[in-house]
Amino acid sequence: MTPSDTQVEEARSALQTKKVVNDFSIRVATVNGTGSQTSNLVLLRALFQMGIPVTGKNIFPSNIAGLPTWFIIRASRDGYLSHTRDSQVLVALNPETAEEDVHTMPTGSAIIYDEPLTLDRLRDDVVFYAVPFNKLVTPICRDPKLRKYVRNMIYVGVLAHLLAIDRDEIARALNKQLGRKKKALEMNWAAIETGWQYAQQHLPKRDPFILEPMDQNRDKILIDGNTAAALGCIFAGVTVVSWYPITPSSSLGEALIDYMKKYRIDRETGKATFAIIQAEDELAALGMVLGAGWAGARAMTATSGPGISLMAEFSGLGYYAEVPAVIFDVQRVGPSTGLPTRTMQGDLLSTAVLSHGDTKHIMLFPGSAWECYTMALEAFDLAEEFQTPVFVMSDLDLGMNYWISDPLPYPDRPPNRGKVLTEDDLQRLGRFERYRDVDGDGIPYRTIPGTPLPAYFCRGSGHNEQAEYTERPDAYVRNMDRLARKFETARQRVPAPEVIDHPRARVGIIGYGSSHYAILEARDHLRQQANLETAYLRIRAYPFNEQVEAFVRRYAPVYVVDLNRDGQMRDLLKLDLPAELTPRLRSVRHYDGHPIDARHITDDILSQEASL
Amino acid sequence: MSVTTSSPKLNRIGLPLAAYKGGKTTLCAGCGHNAISERIIEAFFELGVDLQWVAKFSGIGCSSKSPAYFLGGTHAFNGVHGRMPAVATGALLANRRLIGLGVSGDGDTASIGIGQFVHLVRRNVPLIYIVENNGVYGLTKGQFSATADLGSTLRNGVVNDLPPIDICSLSIELGATFVARSFSGDKKQLLALLKAALSHRGLAVLDVISPCVAFNDHEGSTKSYKYVKEHDDPLGDVHFIPSYEDISVNYEPGTTRDIRLHDGSHLLLSKLPEDYDPTDKMAALRMLDDARKKGEHLTGLIYIDTNSKDFIELLNLPDEPLATLPVEKVRPPKEVLDEINESFR
Repeated sequence: MTPSDTQVEEARSALQTKKVVNDFSIRVATVNGTGSQTSNLVLLRALFQMGIPVTGKNIFPSNIAGLPTWFIIRASRDGYLSHTRDSQVLVALNPETAEEDVHTMPTGSAIIYDEPLTLDRLRDDVVFYAVPFNKLVTPICRDPKLRKYVRNMIYVGVLAHLLAIDRDEIARALNKQLGRKKKALEMNWAAIETGWQYAQQHLPKRDPFILEPMDQNRDKILIDGNTAAALGCIFAGVTVVSWYPITPSSSLGEALIDYMKKYRIDRETGKATFAIIQAEDELAALGMVLGAGWAGARAMTATSGPGISLMAEFSGLGYYAEVPAVIFDVQRVGPSTGLPTRTMQGDLLSTAVLSHGDTKHIMLFPGSAWECYTMALEAFDLAEEFQTPVFVMSDLDLGMNYWISDPLPYPDRPPNRGKVLTEDDLQRLGRFERYRDVDGDGIPYRTIPGTPLPAYFCRGSGHNEQAEYTERPDAYVRNMDRLARKFETARQRVPAPEVIDHPRARVGIIGYGSSHYAILEARDHLRQQANLETAYLRIRAYPFNEQVEAFVRRYAPVYVVDLNRDGQMRDLLKLDLPAELTPRLRSVRHYDGHPIDARHITDDILSQEASL
Repeated sequence: MSVTTSSPKLNRIGLPLAAYKGGKTTLCAGCGHNAISERIIEAFFELGVDLQWVAKFSGIGCSSKSPAYFLGGTHAFNGVHGRMPAVATGALLANRRLIGLGVSGDGDTASIGIGQFVHLVRRNVPLIYIVENNGVYGLTKGQFSATADLGSTLRNGVVNDLPPIDICSLSIELGATFVARSFSGDKKQLLALLKAALSHRGLAVLDVISPCVAFNDHEGSTKSYKYVKEHDDPLGDVHFIPSYEDISVNYEPGTTRDIRLHDGSHLLLSKLPEDYDPTDKMAALRMLDDARKKGEHLTGLIYIDTNSKDFIELLNLPDEPLATLPVEKVRPPKEVLDEINESFR
């Protein structure tokens, strides 16, 4: 017997009293290399278009095809945009993980599974929906090679029906994903229709999870951090890009190529106003960036942990010879090769002092996709203003996952090219000394090769104010002290922290980067569950400015949230803060490779509070 | 007391030779590298190169110190060991008008930096790349480098038992467009090759055997002054005729070749072995191999290709340097960002 629409409606109304609207998450478990990402993005986008606050987390393997992958879509009517460990709806399509996937679901969950897996035998406290995917896909797709891809679109239709996702929004989302490929579009739409119809005819609604349109995404965009970062670089006026492919930063380089080709070809001459080079390794990538930066171009590279390690020597050269460079570090799990497709804030300590000798680097910490864009703009200004490498510390979660964001703002000021000597400057200064601190801020003036202004010898070896080679102790000390002074100047120029004080708060939380949304949610949990009001400071750059110290003075304890084992930001703060403040710092650490979730933070803080 | 003043000889842009000199060398007296510096000064002076546009690059080692000793008023970048190619590539892409001159050594090029060198060649970056090749590490006091010949000895008698990397053969194999070898002691040949390199658009590899008087000039070394003088096997004579001079040379057909370079200059190769064609890759490789087997150093212009695109052309760069493009050219208008934002809705 096939249930009619009326029956479905009846089943639905029976659930009215306990229905869960726009506050649950969907876990899709598939095998990688089967095109499930497209299906998942269609779902994510459809929810976004329905005006529902939504996030998508792709938990994928370092592999081309055949290993397990999960995609978690969270709808949150309260507007929480962080990851959650609990899912209430499961799509189980991977035979290898299906049983474990079923066992992780809470009582009352809804589980859609591939019929031959007979998962319904495993539990009786959840709702099962069996779907014969193979049977359904065969009539739609004659080409057996394409079938595994099209097959995954069927669950989109099934979910759309079961969860009441607007069909028009599904169609729009599919068009957005595959719009340019007409044939694929038709075939995939047929798959969605098939799934929809199958659910309509065979799967009476027995679970409480429902999606309803909201109006929370008006004037919002849905974007991944790497694309946002690439756009930031383009609108910053980057001209030389050198990169070496490495997960999870590759999509930044590729987005640059795509957008530059589209928007940075000179209309009059047909010439490229940029050079993008796929370098032979990360050493060469940063070497080219430094060469270009020295020659006056805005130059950048994007990499991840192993690349950062390889860039150590050139980073020191950039610091010591004072050459602008922008380096995006889209962090992944280390040490070593680590978990290449999982997220971590693992490179803080090593990047802060990357290279031998007394080296210090400016780091920026974007806390959203939006900041991946705005901080790209700021990074180029800072790199040229301070004539030094600037590291933008993104991570896999920010970079590769999709985020609801405000639209990207057009730059409100021209690029700051820093102290590049003009002929007027030269007259005013009387003479040119490359490394003389004329203005007392530690930042010297530079000339650019190919201009009629005086030249200098740029070198990584010991040098005096005139850029001449020297081993004199006094010249070395003067130069190093000036570099330290320059770093002090940077404290006031880098993006200031974002501070949320609260009159009732005793406890403070310090976070940075991709933990931002989880911390916002955790603060609500702490207030609601334990009546614990917290203040929050989000670090946006290193070196820290005085607001960080003031915050630590105002609150105790201060929980520093890190996505690494050792509490790297806490350690960096310990190095920077007066000794009497460091005992106030406590650490909340998360390092399993998955994005951090609010509950982890809440539980950890409450347990540490209980043991105080 | 009477003072006699004689005005110095000026080149075609009105500069004296002194304008092309650099700081006082700190290399050993008699070091081959100093002779190469002298030839660089002469070549740039004689061709009247505008120093504003010159950018010198080097890595680490004795060779890489030498850019401080020539063309003193020019910009220079002394980077890290073996990584000069990357720095030069970046700078030359940023400003295509720069005349890039790179100086490296055999350790810098054939060991620590071989990866970057290989890719520099593949990309045909417009750069003069001089390897001051002495087969030994000088600054660290006399270890073999990867270009040391099989059987060559160190001062303490240790014999090199690994085959050498031949920078010229390697370059040709990788698609280099200008490959020459010379000897720091052969003033005429080296000067002509340097001038030709300046007229070549693309990477010009000059592998210059440059004896190390401190650590590799003894009996048993195949890169000592004595050995190289005795075993120098010049591939004919090399004459450079700049674009602004008339070409009127009589030569015997078959043993002379006239190569037209990118800026209209000519390189005349005379007294060549019968039918030697420097645009024939395989012939060039064979010549190099034959000479090596005989324990000789083949010098001269070994291979040239004036047809391949250089990296700047390949990347479709505008005439104006990327570094100085105005903001209107590098920041798309607001409408573009609006359009992009719209695509994410």
